[in-house]
Amino acid sequence: MLNEVEKIASAYKGRKDMLIKVLRDVQPLTNNTLTPEVAKTIANAMDIPLAKVYNTATFYALFSTEQRGKHVIRLCRSASCHLNQAEELLDQIAKKLQIKVGETTTDGLFTLETCECLGLCGSSPSMMIDEDVYSNVTFDQFKKIIGKYR
Amino acid sequence: MEETRLILNNNTNYNPVCAKEYAKNGGYEALKKAVQMTPEDIINTLKESGLRGRGGAGFPMGLKISFVYKTPSDQKYVVCNADEGEPGTNKDRVIFETVPHSVIEGMIISGLACGADKGIIYLRWEYPQVNELLTKALESARKNGYLGKNILGSNHNFDIEIYIGAGAYVCGEETALLESIEGKRGEARFKPPFPGVVGLWGKPTLINNVETLANVPLILTNGPAWFKKFGTEKCPGTKLFTLCGNVNKPGVYEFPMGVNLKDLFAFGGEVKKGKLQAVQLGGVSGSIINAEQLDVKMDPETLASKGLTLGSGAVLFIDDSEDMIDLLENIMEFFVHESCGKCTPCREGNMRLLELIRKFKDHSATLEDIDTMMDLSETMICASLCGLGQASPTAIVTTIRNMKKVFTDRIKEEQNNG
Repeated sequence: MLNEVEKIASAYKGRKDMLIKVLRDVQPLTNNTLTPEVAKTIANAMDIPLAKVYNTATFYALFSTEQRGKHVIRLCRSASCHLNQAEELLDQIAKKLQIKVGETTTDGLFTLETCECLGLCGSSPSMMIDEDVYSNVTFDQFKKIIGKYR
Repeated sequence: MEETRLILNNNTNYNPVCAKEYAKNGGYEALKKAVQMTPEDIINTLKESGLRGRGGAGFPMGLKISFVYKTPSDQKYVVCNADEGEPGTNKDRVIFETVPHSVIEGMIISGLACGADKGIIYLRWEYPQVNELLTKALESARKNGYLGKNILGSNHNFDIEIYIGAGAYVCGEETALLESIEGKRGEARFKPPFPGVVGLWGKPTLINNVETLANVPLILTNGPAWFKKFGTEKCPGTKLFTLCGNVNKPGVYEFPMGVNLKDLFAFGGEVKKGKLQAVQLGGVSGSIINAEQLDVKMDPETLASKGLTLGSGAVLFIDDSEDMIDLLENIMEFFVHESCGKCTPCREGNMRLLELIRKFKDHSATLEDIDTMMDLSETMICASLCGLGQASPTAIVTTIRNMKKVFTDRIKEEQNNG
């Protein structure tokens, strides 16, 4: 896995402006987690300080240095979804997956997160699973949707 | 009331990514004119049209371009701010899905006007399908000679690349956005210098919202006089409004600037159940009004005269089943999460406001806490480095001003329970 990370990162050696792209491209290979090993590999391959990798990685919501699962479920919690019962949906999903927000299922498949506005305010509540977007989500639909990722 | 669709072309029978089909439907006519015009002519046309930024600040577009034009440099940039993160807003997504080439054309023309040959669309990562669509649209524009070297046989060069963000609301702030393109944390820069003078990689940079850029081809094609027939005298043109929250017909709709909010409410089919309690204008960084204040024209001047905001054009309708304190808690949690942490008034202020709101939530607040919130908000508005911290107390301040009972009720309950 670290070989693949190195391959992606070394293509942008010296290009500190490409760090966000590299982090984004690397994440699917590393269970959506930027471990110290992954961060060191990126820093070496891109020839930029490790502190800079950590600095950027910890700023953006998309990245995580905490262990995550294969798929990340992001449920929007912003105003329009909030007014359209997103919290009820979140409770149902958490119960179904038997985890709390921020946790990963025991099989390592799903991490449940809340996120800020996904720009689907005309069709709340909305969520993303990895890069797939879902709107007008009901709990029944959710149960069907996650089947696709098992 | 019917929509006035200038940007969101009514003809949706063609493939939006295809440059040829866009051209068949009147597209790229503005660019054909622009390549024959001097930069001064393009700038004057835009100045005359009175077009103002649609991202929230409402700065005159022609003036902004002229700053970049007047700054000598070997390299300049045009950046399209498509980091649409303001909760309650998804107009930019709709513009890209309907008329992506309008934005591309607007960027090229802006590039010709300010002397830039490089464009960057900063797109939020949450819009992967827009990325796909835009990539195809850019390819199509290149293939048909609208982008790249010697545009339409002229000696002008311009090309556009897409830069994808990684989930940070603050990157919608122009200088934070530039930091992010440079691969750094999205922390706002001190201003001045403004990006028009010192922008991306230290070079003069024009940054505009998606909707502003989509207006540019319309103005060049039809002329400033035509554009000024729509909207208000001080803010001509249309505005895309995102109606959302508890409204029956949520969605993105285009109306002349200055449309009455009560007409928007009627157009949206009113609230799904119960009665309207409040409306938040311009996203969560915008102002909250009560249901009696609905008769107001939605343009920057009218709203500002009442201490309100137009912002990005988000209109969040809130029915009477919602606990306003609960909503304010949600809003402040948002800002605590999204504050970049660089300046103290914003980093600490949002946290303290959230704590104070929570006191009202658990009935432990006093009347004094209302004054404390106002004091703290004033400090944040005056002393925060960027628009995030300057705007984040707006919801609380306007709720205190327009719906004070929301707070005093909670205090009374506490005293009654005493």
